[in-house]
Amino acid sequence: MNKHYYNSEDLGKFGNVGEFQKNLADKFFSYYGEVFKESELTAREKSLIALAVSHAVQCPYCIDAYSSDAFEKGWSEAQMMEAVHVACAIRGGASLVHGVQMMNKVKEVAM
Amino acid sequence: MKSLKAQEHILADASQQINVLEHTTMDPFQLKLENSGLFPLRPTGIEIFQVNIGKMCNQICKHCHVDAGPDRKEIMTRDTMQQCIQVLQNYPELRIIDITGGAPEMNPDFCWFVEEIKKLSKHIIVRSNLTIILANKKYYGLPAFYKEHSIEVVSSLPFYTQDRTDRQRGNGVFEDSIKALQLLNDQGYGIEGTGLLLNLVYNPAGAFLPPSQPALQKEYKQALEEKYKIHFNQLYTIVNMPISRYLDYLLASDNYEMYMEKLIGAFNPAAAKNVMCRNTISIGWDGYLYDCDFNQMLELKVDSPSKHISRFDLSALINRDIIIGQHCYGCTAGAGSSCGGATT
Repeated sequence: MNKHYYNSEDLGKFGNVGEFQKNLADKFFSYYGEVFKESELTAREKSLIALAVSHAVQCPYCIDAYSSDAFEKGWSEAQMMEAVHVACAIRGGASLVHGVQMMNKVKEVAM
Repeated sequence: MKSLKAQEHILADASQQINVLEHTTMDPFQLKLENSGLFPLRPTGIEIFQVNIGKMCNQICKHCHVDAGPDRKEIMTRDTMQQCIQVLQNYPELRIIDITGGAPEMNPDFCWFVEEIKKLSKHIIVRSNLTIILANKKYYGLPAFYKEHSIEVVSSLPFYTQDRTDRQRGNGVFEDSIKALQLLNDQGYGIEGTGLLLNLVYNPAGAFLPPSQPALQKEYKQALEEKYKIHFNQLYTIVNMPISRYLDYLLASDNYEMYMEKLIGAFNPAAAKNVMCRNTISIGWDGYLYDCDFNQMLELKVDSPSKHISRFDLSALINRDIIIGQHCYGCTAGAGSSCGGATT
């Protein structure tokens, strides 16, 4: 085993997950490829969404891949950082909105 | 910033660049061609006569494979141009004349050369960096000159935003490029129905490959029209070649191996089949012949008895083997890359 849980070289081996279960891997990669094709959203727009989601799910492989991909597709550094802030705001908001639940409970039990 | 040559940089020596490129454990380009049934790589016919009329340029771009700049004095003489014209007279099949540099317009015989070629009814392409049009009043008439001779203008515009363009090509280049494009539009260039072709060239401002050419063209058209009322015909996406200043950038930024792996991983046999060296002959400022502008900069002369414009022999050149190397991965990655953009 490597000393680190995450190894950047493993990103290039993503396709190897089919080694243990080819059928599901093939279906996943086919679906994945289809998702990122130009359609109602452009491949460029999808790349920026993927970048934001990568940060929301905190996947270092995805951040590596979509930082390059989004930059290659012409998004500026400022636009990419704004996308990360969107992910951050949703994550932060998701915690904070639970404050309402906390308030509800406190109001329920407090005199 | 100076050219590598003026800096006396080790990579100013073409043999040192080849040394970096060829001493590698990465898959040899030849092996990829063999596996694709394309080795030895042979011409399919020669119709494009690409002439590099000098390394002098008003810009010093970070990615330049020519190592061009104001400090480069190598330019084609009128005698060598005359030899080119003689060859063009002898061979009607050489129907497209692609004039490049440096900034080709800085050669004092540029206009004379264009006029002489035009007398032969050839299609002429000029690769203009745009800013030359505004660099000095002696160049202000270039858009009208291009129009008068129905020249196809191919212009570098690495991106439709100032930030990325100036990062690669120098401060102020974007603003001047926009003004130059507007001047070309005023002459009718890039405007539907005029027949005056204005094509733009995108190349990545960093260690990465270009995105899809049709998708990027759509974005360029939208952005340039909305913001600057600029029109153009086609966008060509070009891969940066690991040569000269771009090679220096890759090595200095520790991106060289990653970039080469990316190029190799993206090898596309269909793009390899359509590489531009199969239908192009490249002529250097001193009249020597090369398979392409990149081999020219690596000083890899054609593998043929016809090595100089003074001994130009089309049948010998058509029967030559094209010289290949690791740098050729730049033309075969993804959708492919050529002076006319993607090749697949």
